[in-house]
Amino acid sequence: MSTTTFWIIFAGAVLTYLTRVGGHLVLSRFERVHPRVEAGLNAVPAAVLTTLVAPAAMEGGPAEIAALVTGAVIALVGGGMMTIFFVSAAVLVGLRHLIG
Amino acid sequence: MSAESYAERRQSSDFLLGARESVPIVLAVVPFGLLFGALAVEHGLSIFEAVLMSVTIYAGASQMVGLDLFGTNIAPWLVVLSIFAVNFRHVLYSATIGRYLDHWTPLQRVIGFFFLVDPQFAEAERRVENGEPLSFSWYMGLALPVYLCWIAESWLGAVFASLIPDAHAFGLDFILPIYFLALVMSFRKRPLWLPVVAVSAVASVVAYHTIGSPWHVSFGAMAGILLGALLVPATPAEEKQ
Repeated sequence: MSTTTFWIIFAGAVLTYLTRVGGHLVLSRFERVHPRVEAGLNAVPAAVLTTLVAPAAMEGGPAEIAALVTGAVIALVGGGMMTIFFVSAAVLVGLRHLIG
Repeated sequence: MSAESYAERRQSSDFLLGARESVPIVLAVVPFGLLFGALAVEHGLSIFEAVLMSVTIYAGASQMVGLDLFGTNIAPWLVVLSIFAVNFRHVLYSATIGRYLDHWTPLQRVIGFFFLVDPQFAEAERRVENGEPLSFSWYMGLALPVYLCWIAESWLGAVFASLIPDAHAFGLDFILPIYFLALVMSFRKRPLWLPVVAVSAVASVVAYHTIGSPWHVSFGAMAGILLGALLVPATPAEEKQ
């Protein structure tokens, strides 16, 4: 293994770990968390996870959009993770084969 | 029954509960682990290097970005910076979930934060939201199957790189967006969920087309988080009293 590759992987791993402990280390220095910070942190799951979906949805064609809409509808009517997963994937694969 | 053996039983049942909840995550990640391994070898990494990346970095998207840059003439520090940029969202996960880990020992935190990938964070947040205890046993029960499978898939993908089928035809390339959508939907009972999702979606798409990936993640997320912070009264604690 080349030493450059090793150092890239090593530095990438250290920095990634720092991101995973960093937020907690910074926040735990404060005695009290300001209510606005608290509210912002409560918005983190929806905010961050949305950014992982939205560009993919915008770049996607009809099959991709249909799959995401299917997933959202199943979630709204109370379907579980596995149902969302398999039905949406089936819609995606089916439409991709039909549309090409 | 003694208190100790009761605690032990509770620990192992928590671990198994976490492991059971890891199944959908493991399934969603399978194609990506295989794809990462195969791409790594295609980009000139050895099987050992591919697996080492999964063992130490353990963050799919950033590993893929790293691969893209490995073969090029880009300076090594820029490759590292890109990996860091893609993973920067974990700072937010860490601050958010860290609020519920006061009962963990320092060592448990040192270990636990290593495994704080997207689905791990989402499941942990959901558990807190449901009022269930976020025990270290449950957390590791969820984390270990995902981590070990990720490593195994990277290895399999690297070894059988030439056998990996066309990901597009099987819809494998789009499994993660579907999965992340399901996670977004699972938080829909939170206050301000729809405005936060809408603002983050618009901001991330705009950023994706202007400043480009991976910055759209941080930018879009900050927009949603700021909205959440701004729309909540600054002193709800006093108002309640």
